[in-house]
Amino acid sequence: MGPNAVLFEMVSPMKLICIVVLLWMFAAAPASAQVDFTGTWQRVGQNDNGAAREPVDLLGMPLSADGRAKALSYDIAALSATERQCQMYPPFYALVGPFPLQFVMVPDPVTQKLLAWKILGWGDRDETMIWMDGRPHPSKNAPHSHGGFTTGTWEGDTLTAVTTHAKLGDIKRHRGFSSDRATLTYRFNRHGDVLTVTGILEDPVSLAEPYVLTENFRLTTNPNNFPLTACEPIEELPTLHENPALVPHYLPGKHPAMNEMTERYNIPLEAVVGGPETMYPEYRKKLKDKYVMPPPCKEGCGGPPAAAPAAGRGGGPAPQGGPQGGRGAAPPAPPAGRGSDPAPRK
Amino acid sequence: MRNAAPTLMLVVLGLVALEAQRGGGAPQPARAPRAAAPIDLTGYWVSIVTQDWRWRMVTPRKGDYQGVQITPEAAKVADAWDPAKDEAAGEQCKSYGAPALMSVPGRLHITWQDDNTLKVDTDAGQQTRLLRFGNVQTADAPRSWQGVSQAQWLMPRPNVPLQLRPADRTADTPSAPPSGGSLQVVTKNIRAGYLRKNGVPYSENAVMTEHWDLYKRANGEEWLTITTQLEDPQYLRSARLTAPIFKKEPNGSKWDPTPCSSRW
Repeated sequence: MGPNAVLFEMVSPMKLICIVVLLWMFAAAPASAQVDFTGTWQRVGQNDNGAAREPVDLLGMPLSADGRAKALSYDIAALSATERQCQMYPPFYALVGPFPLQFVMVPDPVTQKLLAWKILGWGDRDETMIWMDGRPHPSKNAPHSHGGFTTGTWEGDTLTAVTTHAKLGDIKRHRGFSSDRATLTYRFNRHGDVLTVTGILEDPVSLAEPYVLTENFRLTTNPNNFPLTACEPIEELPTLHENPALVPHYLPGKHPAMNEMTERYNIPLEAVVGGPETMYPEYRKKLKDKYVMPPPCKEGCGGPPAAAPAAGRGGGPAPQGGPQGGRGAAPPAPPAGRGSDPAPRK
Repeated sequence: MRNAAPTLMLVVLGLVALEAQRGGGAPQPARAPRAAAPIDLTGYWVSIVTQDWRWRMVTPRKGDYQGVQITPEAAKVADAWDPAKDEAAGEQCKSYGAPALMSVPGRLHITWQDDNTLKVDTDAGQQTRLLRFGNVQTADAPRSWQGVSQAQWLMPRPNVPLQLRPADRTADTPSAPPSGGSLQVVTKNIRAGYLRKNGVPYSENAVMTEHWDLYKRANGEEWLTITTQLEDPQYLRSARLTAPIFKKEPNGSKWDPTPCSSRW
């Protein structure tokens, strides 16, 4: 009696057929998912998504007139108002915030198949649960949350996710605000250990056209700098505590930092305040006769580490993937809270 | 029990035949890259400048290298930037080389030059990149602003880890067949140039790897993201990773060829 005979003695033919059929089904079914995102993805941040030195920097943001008015009325002191101290960032903050993306697979408890991807939250951004089981989005009248409601589908190797039902929140840190009618479409493309996220933000209230940003992340096995702390309300401005009726804001045209970009970089104010036309190449024709290159950079210029010859130009070391995203002159500490935005900001 | 063996063989043979019908059988003759393209990149595309606007839409001030992780040697080169010198040397296109070109505000016109070559023309700087499929010899090729680009389609993988199949609420509905794909391009043999108009340099030994990903939306919009990784140990402390964005346009009515400029 050979080994095959032993196998036939141990496993009935019907069972064997079932096994073969099951193996075939699972091995050859059309692909509906390709890529595993599990793990911690460190932000590369070699762009200015989350970095801006000047409070009024709306360059390249396709804001509507209403969106611009809201952005220019904003006073960061508003975050010290009691009701706003734990106002979290919206889902778009995954692209413009300083922290990594931590992906967790959520399996169906019975089948163990993919039920959802979860992007864990940060101290000031709610978690994002990307439902993969085909469930519909809620009614438009359903409650909105800081994290919103997100569903996902596979398109080949790409994960596409759509978020609705998020509350109002910053588009970029303290620069422009999306409304609770906004929709965010994400595209997650993994190429080796690099994850590229493309975000398309659409908002009938704040934006005249979709606002599209990309961010790159690298898979890391050493995920530090990950402050998963809950928000802790703190009175930071005594004046607000003493006068709870005060609502920090700026009246139209009165933002004190309105001209900083123009003074520092010679960029015309009409470009600084954004608008859809500012993100297209032909806008350069409007700028050509108005722009004069400013004198050489003396501070906040980025550059090699301080010990290198270019030291003293404002260029501290900026390790790739650090919480500030690697902008050359970024301060080392991540933002501690919504009300503690450092100035100058990076 | 042993009488079950023929039955089992029949079942297995049947499954093999079925699998062959589903496209998993004998390999088909290789198709030309143009015919095998999993995504259609041809057409006119406009760059959407929502990132690094201050360094892309205007010529940044000298010595401003924020966001680029340069070496001390690169800082020296950037600090010595002199556009007049570049003009005198006939090198106005130094900031339009392959590592910078896709971030230059402008439009792309992508066509098939032949069955094995995707041609990418830009109106800004009037440059042409040739993305060649198949075996491309780079060793003896002369250096140029656009270098030599080796292209390859990345197809969606047909087999899926069991866990990553979605738990579908609509049971028994067949999954969609694999779709999409990506274009990978590796570019070498480039002339040294500038990552930014203000002289932040890359060296001639830089190697650029790109992944071109297309997104067709239900509303008809098409978006292109080009994940770009530039490795240049001479001038970069770590690989530079960017992902410029393009939106498809219906035609070339906004195509606006402009020559290279050292100053604007």
